Amino acid sequence: MKPFEYRRAEDPADAVAAVAGEPDAMFLAGGTNLVDHLKLGIANPDLLVDISRLPLNGVEELPDGRVRIGATVRNSDLAAHPLIRERYRVLSQALLAGASGQLRNMATTGGNLLQRTRCLYFQDVTTPCNKREPGTGCSAIGGYTRNHAILGASEACVAVHPSDMAVAMAALDAEVVVRGPSGERNIPLAGFHRLPGDKPERDTVLEHGELVTAVLLPPATQSHSAYRKVRDRASYAFALVSVAAVVSMNGDGTIREVRMALGGVAHKPWRAERAEAILRGAQASEENFRRAAEAELESASALGDNAFKIPMARNTMVAVLREVTGGISNV
Amino acid sequence: MDVQITLIVDGAERSLTVDTRTTLLDALRDRLAVTSPKKGCDHGQCGSCTVLLEGRRVTSCLVLAVAQDGADVTTAQGLGEGEQLHPMQEAFLDRDGFQCGFCTPGQVCSAVGMLREAAQGHPSHVTADAGAPVELTDEEIRERMSGNLCRCGAYVNIVAAIRDVTAKEAASTTGVAAPAPKGSAGS
Repeated sequence: MKPFEYRRAEDPADAVAAVAGEPDAMFLAGGTNLVDHLKLGIANPDLLVDISRLPLNGVEELPDGRVRIGATVRNSDLAAHPLIRERYRVLSQALLAGASGQLRNMATTGGNLLQRTRCLYFQDVTTPCNKREPGTGCSAIGGYTRNHAILGASEACVAVHPSDMAVAMAALDAEVVVRGPSGERNIPLAGFHRLPGDKPERDTVLEHGELVTAVLLPPATQSHSAYRKVRDRASYAFALVSVAAVVSMNGDGTIREVRMALGGVAHKPWRAERAEAILRGAQASEENFRRAAEAELESASALGDNAFKIPMARNTMVAVLREVTGGISNV
Repeated sequence: MDVQITLIVDGAERSLTVDTRTTLLDALRDRLAVTSPKKGCDHGQCGSCTVLLEGRRVTSCLVLAVAQDGADVTTAQGLGEGEQLHPMQEAFLDRDGFQCGFCTPGQVCSAVGMLREAAQGHPSHVTADAGAPVELTDEEIRERMSGNLCRCGAYVNIVAAIRDVTAKEAASTTGVAAPAPKGSAGS
């Protein structure tokens, strides 16, 4: 591990100034991903600016009904928070599906959004990786691809984003509040993470020195929601495929509003807009669920070892839609 | 780059100088000779380094010591009162909740932290949404302990030991005697 300087930020403005003023500085919050990257040699900062004790750890309802989640709220606290459990069930479920009790006690909202892929070539500094070292090539293409992307990948990178939390937030139409050297801006969660294109080293649209200070959830609506995660074992494993859905119904059995996102399939939480367009206003039927899922996956392509993810994503989408619409059977 | 920090470790104030790269686990083991937290994977995946940091279970291998100046740390070594073992440690002995024992300090700290989380009403991945107090079924215990790996096949007795402690705590709060059979085999 390369030696680095450590300093504790006094307030968000101080944190932003400290990181913005040093090209190789990074923010440190829970550290569950970053400390691992320091050990692996993936992250080699000159300076760590510790934001973990800043007063950004509150969950509060705003006067307009939105809920503001501070960037340093711990994953375990967020999952257990009454506002989240009662009104945003899908988010609580997604958080509890991620990592272990020990890790959720440390991991933070902002850090979870900024965690990096667990692609084994990205994590192994002895192998070429465009995400870790731009221009060196992608070892996954032609390598072991069981955990890799089926949607939105490029020739430069086929890695997937590992977060469960962010998938639920994408389905909830959350916004990320960011503070940078030139002020504050809000970024829709769906546009926060990038597809790899030819710059896979950039996971998000953040500029150097920009600090995530909060996530905003829109006011809760009368809807049903669920998060389902498919993984290799019952607990404590990353998603092969996951699906978050938020659905509200009309009295006649048609779908009024639907928002759906997939995890484990792309470089970012994948908002299923094609499926949503088909389902909006449609009868909640098995046939329509399947048609919507297949339309979403029309552009999916397998790399070899991960071909199973395409039918798995389709079946999981159908199962979650069945669950959130009240167990509709074949119509 | 060296930094002077203070930690409260198992109730005692300890001052030390650490390089910024030092993890809490290495500070405890190599600098303060507190060797009950074990270094297994060193990547947060096995749970053998679990300690209670400000009362909450964490993997100490992923915590930088420099960021914990002034913090309270309890390891498996400090759970009991002097020679008196913590009830969770007693239960692990009674139930044979370990074989090689390498993972045990982390399992015990994790179990103690997990019981606190459940008592505070924290849900888990397998908790029903009813909002009712958490009932620590075997399914709940297994899910909540999934951050601690044991490769020697002692899972069943670990669950049994934790169940014993929850049964005793339930008995003591309700006043109903629920004696756990001492030394009996796990179910």
